[in-house]
Amino acid sequence: MKIRKIISKISTTILWSILTLITLFPIYWMVLVSTRTPVELFGKPNLSPTFFQKIHWKNFTKPFIDGIYSDYLLNSIIVATSNAALVTVLALMATYALSRFKLPGSESIFFWTMTNRMAPPAAFMLPLFLLFSTVFKFGDFALFDTKIGLILLYCVFNLPFAIWLLKGIIDGIPKELDEAMIVDGASLFTVFWKLIIPLAAPGIAVTSLLSFLFAWNEYLLASTLTSVYARTIPTGLSEFVTTTGTNWGTMAAVALVSMIPALIFLFLVQRYIVAGLTFGAVKG
Amino acid sequence: MFSNNRTGWLLLSPTILILILVGLVPFFYVLYVGFFKWNPLAVDPSMQFEGFGYNYRQLIFDEVFLSSIWRSIRFAVVTLFFELSLGFLLALSLLSSFPLKSFFRGVHTLPLVIAPIVVGSIFKLFTVQGLGPLPHFLKDFFGYTLNYGLNADQAFWMIVIMDIWHWTPFVTLTLLAGLSALPQDPYESAKIDGANNFQIFIYITIPMMVPVLIVVIFIRLMDSLKIVDEVWMLTGGGPGYATRFTGIHIWKEVFEKRFYGFGSAMSILYLYITIVICWLLYSVMVSRGKSEN
Repeated sequence: MKIRKIISKISTTILWSILTLITLFPIYWMVLVSTRTPVELFGKPNLSPTFFQKIHWKNFTKPFIDGIYSDYLLNSIIVATSNAALVTVLALMATYALSRFKLPGSESIFFWTMTNRMAPPAAFMLPLFLLFSTVFKFGDFALFDTKIGLILLYCVFNLPFAIWLLKGIIDGIPKELDEAMIVDGASLFTVFWKLIIPLAAPGIAVTSLLSFLFAWNEYLLASTLTSVYARTIPTGLSEFVTTTGTNWGTMAAVALVSMIPALIFLFLVQRYIVAGLTFGAVKG
Repeated sequence: MFSNNRTGWLLLSPTILILILVGLVPFFYVLYVGFFKWNPLAVDPSMQFEGFGYNYRQLIFDEVFLSSIWRSIRFAVVTLFFELSLGFLLALSLLSSFPLKSFFRGVHTLPLVIAPIVVGSIFKLFTVQGLGPLPHFLKDFFGYTLNYGLNADQAFWMIVIMDIWHWTPFVTLTLLAGLSALPQDPYESAKIDGANNFQIFIYITIPMMVPVLIVVIFIRLMDSLKIVDEVWMLTGGGPGYATRFTGIHIWKEVFEKRFYGFGSAMSILYLYITIVICWLLYSVMVSRGKSEN
């Protein structure tokens, strides 16, 4: 029995080692490509970690210092941060309303917000493109190719998700606490500031970080609804596809840089990721 | 104060307003455009009304569109099968303790936070002819030529492999969360009754995991039907129509050929099919949840 246990332990470890290798190897290769010159990439793939000896920094400086990718990066940061902030504030308000008030039809509203997350973005790109460029116009200002447009747009999938995630948390705060504060003469703002936000702080942090990540990673809508001024880093990445004679090193460098928030994020909220991705339907 | 609904609606109104603006209005707009013949690149670039069914009549005979839907569904089912079986196996293995477990688990989580478009790039760099180590390796050791730029089957399966790489961790971690929350009593009684591991798995674990499994299936199918980014990066929908999933097909029709009216009808049908599939699964999910409480 004991030998069997040891064997199963060893085989599990081997299985997971192979899996880890499969997960990391393509990423490792991307890092290698991002540090090499086109000549070094020619011919038989060299898998040794040459970045310890020499890094071809031009792959990074060419897009981000000489090129336009620093603008893309800045756009991505602005759009994802603003969207996360907006979504968190709005979702907190909406969730509080859905959780505390007996609004007629609040169940249907809750369900309706979620259907927005289910819809495939590809079905919405044409109407959004037409609306943003021709209909949603205020004088000379159209939403097409603006950061504001993207910030509002990403609410479609981030708000439902944030409301779903926060609802479980706010429902868990006893209603009596709010009522006691209000009886003592506190305003709704004070209730939020002194009670709800401190008690729901971890949940709020997870919600805003995941919203940031989803906004940062979004590609399809960003690529159809921007052309010059509001392009984000994922759209910049796709520009490498059509270019004839792709510069693989630069492409790998851009992909690597755009992965950084994801990596930081992984350390911060690894524990909550299951609850986040399953909409809180399964607790991680 | 909570009986004062005005405050409640006030708190809810910005959310509703934004979702109407970017969710509901586009939906009705695309429904509206779908009734028109509209191609800004044609001789007559204006919108022409040709009867409510004009675009839809063409659409149900459009083999490319129908085959793209069929391809998307096939893709969703195939990836679901592999991700579910592999993910279940891995989740079960994570229940026991073994060396470096938390490290392995951490690395396993990594693909989940990477953007689909970056996953596409990573796979492109890894598998493209003339650069990636994978085609070289396959050629040198097995004499197998990997060139999904030309080979349709290879392209489809390459996308499947990429999706498995990207999303199996999601299945693993979700199922693990479900498995760790299971009550232990049934397992103890089964062991006392002399059931073996296989019997325990089939008669105890699987039935108790059904609610979590439905959630996983629901989310994975929903997301697989949406797939665009990774595919666009890796194969661009080609070669031929081999990896032209519905989302990519709509993109090409709309933004390359500028078939606005026809594209709208496609979007509506695509939306409809996705919603029907999701709604079916969702009602299964809700009815199971109700029968358990």
